[in-house]
Amino acid sequence: MVEWIKGYWHTLSRPATAFSLGFLLLSGFIAGIIFWGGFNTALEATNTEKFCISCHEMRDNVYEELKGTIHWTNRSGVRATCPDCHVPHEWTHKIARKMQASKEVWGKIFGTINTREKFLDKRLELARHEWARLKANDSLECRNCHDFEFMDFSVQSERARKLHATQLSTGKATCIDCHRGIAHHLPNMADEDAWGPDNPADDASRFGEDNPLKTEGTK
Amino acid sequence: MNGRQVFSLAAALIVLACGLVTVAEQFPDAPGPDGIRKGGTLFEEQSAPPLADPVNAQGKRVRAYPEQPPTIPHTIRDYQIDKNVNRCLECHNRIQTGVSGAPMISITHFMDRDFQVLADVAPRRYFCLQCHVPQTNAQPPVGNSFKDVDILLRNRKQQSAQ
Repeated sequence: MVEWIKGYWHTLSRPATAFSLGFLLLSGFIAGIIFWGGFNTALEATNTEKFCISCHEMRDNVYEELKGTIHWTNRSGVRATCPDCHVPHEWTHKIARKMQASKEVWGKIFGTINTREKFLDKRLELARHEWARLKANDSLECRNCHDFEFMDFSVQSERARKLHATQLSTGKATCIDCHRGIAHHLPNMADEDAWGPDNPADDASRFGEDNPLKTEGTK
Repeated sequence: MNGRQVFSLAAALIVLACGLVTVAEQFPDAPGPDGIRKGGTLFEEQSAPPLADPVNAQGKRVRAYPEQPPTIPHTIRDYQIDKNVNRCLECHNRIQTGVSGAPMISITHFMDRDFQVLADVAPRRYFCLQCHVPQTNAQPPVGNSFKDVDILLRNRKQQSAQ
């Protein structure tokens, strides 16, 4: 085995004697196009709704819940599919997310959520991952379509206008803090703060020492 | 079954069939019953009316009578209310009202059926939509002669003044 590898290394480490430099360059170039194109094509193929729901874990749980929500069916006929929200559109971040997703392949192989019960038990943990991801990137995937700069406050409801103007514009909150569970059902939220980790109601200054949410060391 | 019985049964069936044919000839396409969806005939399948648009009210709606559960002045599409989470209470519970500006659920909602006040919403009051409903711009199919009690009192006053 070692001898075999040594033999290959010997060949690879010497200059080519039979092929011209032009041939090597050209074939390297063509092979590069094929491999790079193939890689990106494969990457794009894994970035489709069809691919996502080819696993029953996705098709029978989260995909079913997505149907009927505003991101699935609406008056203007725009639809956000799985990768629109769950995969960054920019290349570097996309690759980083895709590498993370290898964990999901592991989960698929070992059946981590291969029944409805297992999925429900794990749902809070999975949801927390997504909330943390969107919190960390300032709800980047939301903002691919919903740009704060383009929002017409005059046609928003009074409540939405007020909160967008005070919380979102100042960066105190990001989309996902309030808009959780808009495309899928929420897990048991008993231990979760309704308005996300930066809930303004938690702000100690609002309640002073008597902040009801800060006592008992629960936070 | 003897021959006579067979004969009477056949005769009865023929008479019945003749009757049905006569009715069908007299009323080839009878009008539908005067129900909620008016018009059309018995044999006609009408398409359903378009869904009504939800109304997003600005401010509060006045209650038609004091005990009326307030209607919901905003859209509630996709709001999740189940054992995991209650989307309404994310704004309308006591703690959150300071930030959300939403009205707090009334203290009656904290009471169990023995009028014991609990720390949070009572389980029997958990499902908001049992009493509180959003409104749409649909026209009521049946008229309504309800009069506000204030209007009745005012009318009474005017009558006695005359």
